[in-house]
Amino acid sequence: MGEKTLMKGAEVIAEAAMRAGCMAFFGYPITPQNEVPEYFSRQMPKLGRVFLQAGSEVAAINMVYGAACTGTRVITTSSSPGISLMQEGFSYIANSDVPCVVVNAMRGGPGLGDIAPAQADYFQAVKGGGHGDYHSIVIAPYTLQEEADLMFDAFDLADKYRIMVVVLVDGLMGQMMEPVEFKEWVDVKKFKTPDWATVGQRDRDHRNIITSLEILAEGLEKMNFHLQEKYKIIEKNEVRFEEYKMDDAEYAITAFGTIARIAKTVVNMARDEGIKLGLIRPITLWPFPTKLIEKRAEQLKFFFDSELNAGQMLEDVKLAVNGRKPVYFYGKLGGIVPSAEDIYAEFKKHIKGDR
Amino acid sequence: MKTVYKKPEPITNRPTTYCPGCPHGIAHRLVAELLEEMNLTSETVIVWPVGCSVFGYYFIGTDAVEAAHGRACAMATGMKRTHPESFVITYQGDGDLASIGIAETVHAAVRGEKITVVYVNNGNYGMTGGQMAPTTLIGQKTTTSPYGRDPKLTGFPMHVPEMLATLEATAYIARASLDSPQHIIQAKKFLKKAFNAQVNGIGFSLVEMISSCPTNWKMTPVAAMERIRNEVLPVFPIGEFKVAEGVE
Amino acid sequence: MEKKVLVNEERCKSCGLCVAVCPKHVLKISEKLNSKGYHPVELFDNENCISCGFCYLICPDASIIEIRRPEPVKR
Ligand SMILES: Cc1ncc(C[n+]2csc(CCOP(=O)(O)OP(=O)(O)O)c2C)c(N)n1
Ligand code: SF4
Ligand code: SF4
Ligand code: SF4
Ligand SMILES: [Mg+2]
Repeated sequence: MGEKTLMKGAEVIAEAAMRAGCMAFFGYPITPQNEVPEYFSRQMPKLGRVFLQAGSEVAAINMVYGAACTGTRVITTSSSPGISLMQEGFSYIANSDVPCVVVNAMRGGPGLGDIAPAQADYFQAVKGGGHGDYHSIVIAPYTLQEEADLMFDAFDLADKYRIMVVVLVDGLMGQMMEPVEFKEWVDVKKFKTPDWATVGQRDRDHRNIITSLEILAEGLEKMNFHLQEKYKIIEKNEVRFEEYKMDDAEYAITAFGTIARIAKTVVNMARDEGIKLGLIRPITLWPFPTKLIEKRAEQLKFFFDSELNAGQMLEDVKLAVNGRKPVYFYGKLGGIVPSAEDIYAEFKKHIKGDR
Repeated sequence: MKTVYKKPEPITNRPTTYCPGCPHGIAHRLVAELLEEMNLTSETVIVWPVGCSVFGYYFIGTDAVEAAHGRACAMATGMKRTHPESFVITYQGDGDLASIGIAETVHAAVRGEKITVVYVNNGNYGMTGGQMAPTTLIGQKTTTSPYGRDPKLTGFPMHVPEMLATLEATAYIARASLDSPQHIIQAKKFLKKAFNAQVNGIGFSLVEMISSCPTNWKMTPVAAMERIRNEVLPVFPIGEFKVAEGVE
Repeated sequence: MEKKVLVNEERCKSCGLCVAVCPKHVLKISEKLNSKGYHPVELFDNENCISCGFCYLICPDASIIEIRRPEPVKR
């Protein structure tokens, strides 16, 4: 602790995960996050932990599912097309109540798209993606330091709620370098195999069955109620966000991840010109800071949402604002990252009409 | 009086959901007998498939997980790699293993995962109503090959053990049949070697069990067993295809 | 003499596989009904059963729960 290391974002993910007690990695190569498995492949064997390159993302997520069933801290990392392949597994994991962490370094889509930074998988991560009524906790860091810290929280939340936690970053965050201070290594010797894990019954007085199947509709409804109850508790306890210069704000940018970084500069540009602009940055995309936005709607003249997509988080902002104030949008597609000047200019177009 | 055979302990008291005369139950019993005889029950996790045996965990009383269709070998890999002291079995049908899950299966075999696969081949998709599988015989009529399987359109029956036996990291690969008492005794011998391959840490093991599906074959259970002997075994010969050193 | 073949009648599904493989033809589907509506199999000729266990081996439902063999008579 106390020492700062200059590191690439992708490697920060791997290093932080290992320090947080991640015992196993399963994954399949895909740009722009190959440095993550590469780093794991160098370090995990030294720690006596598992690194395995799977035959596909389909195989990878099901290995994660298997490891999760044993109560092991496990991770996979991928990028958009690979994450698409994993959706079936996510859905099974959700209805099995097992914990795991998944990192998506989003790239431009749809289809093979490109390898440039994007945020176009917001819907997929936040609104399900796989089949059935389920949620994963979705965390979106915006600096490498936050990324390093949140990897610990990701594993803790996954274990606490027996849920999948998605760390949603973009290609830019994977590739940039920043000085990072890591938290201390978690003592993995203290980990105990949980009572629900399927590792063979041994001394346990009951056997464990982990399944997402329940053929009777009444039974499946019960399983769904259980999930919904869990989601309610998470929505109550785990919403995280950052506000920047919001106290006296008349306008707010809403943005997450890379765009939120740029948006801070935009806020300062506006403040230099005497415009009372602030930033609301959801850190958890699910659960979403709905209440906060609802509250801020009272003081604001309008919201200005900016993302690297055609307007995805925008829908959640609009739902929270619920028509009380205008919500404008500026997005870039296909992997283009706008400059602070671009965003500021777009924002000012609306302010003219407003004044 | 001396007991010569007895229902094995791991078979639960719950009656199975299988159709009368469905050999899935025979395969279950063989697994259960060996778990008991080899004293493995309490360290075992079975990965059950999507297929008629989807509820298998109700019938064999070990720790269990239910995989997505075809993904059992990947799931088993995740479990075995993180808990090597567990005895990990996958139980899979021919649609599950040879069609949708072939990539996961082949790569588990390529890596020599120390898991055991019980592969029950009944030549069709039993659960979904008897559609054609990669193992369906030439000319065989199913609900999706109503004119009989035509090799010009859908190729030939898939021989999984023969394919996997070519892979260096496989430890034990065999094909048995569940049609008769003699073959069932042999199937158990094969399965025991497959279990040994895992217990001794040698590598990947798989036993294909030629089975029937009386319901979708539209035959009595007895006639279905006869069909195995007359039509299926000539195409899918019984035998051991790979026995690595240390298995026996 | 004690029965050489013990049947759990509730598990039996009258599939007839055991009847077909019995080398001594001492099994039959009975007239009885179990709670599932199946006619459980019955050993009707205990005397001639040779305790070979074929019926046990082929039974998919573990309804043949035990096979016993008389101890050889010591002279
Ligand atoms: C992804 C997916 N695709 C399709 C299905 C539907 N499905 C259920 S079982 C099955 C085939 C099972 O056949 P097999 O593995 O041969 O098992 P059997 O029932 O014959 O024992 C299919 C296609 C599914 N559950 N999931
Ligand atoms: S459908 Fe076929 S495989 Fe499935 S339980 Fe019935 S007989 Fe067995
Ligand atoms: S033990 Fe052999 S002889 Fe006796 S009933 Fe069973 S199959 Fe027939
Ligand atoms: S084989 Fe088993 S289930 Fe079938 S009739 Fe005989 S005892 Fe009953
Ligand atoms: Mg089948």
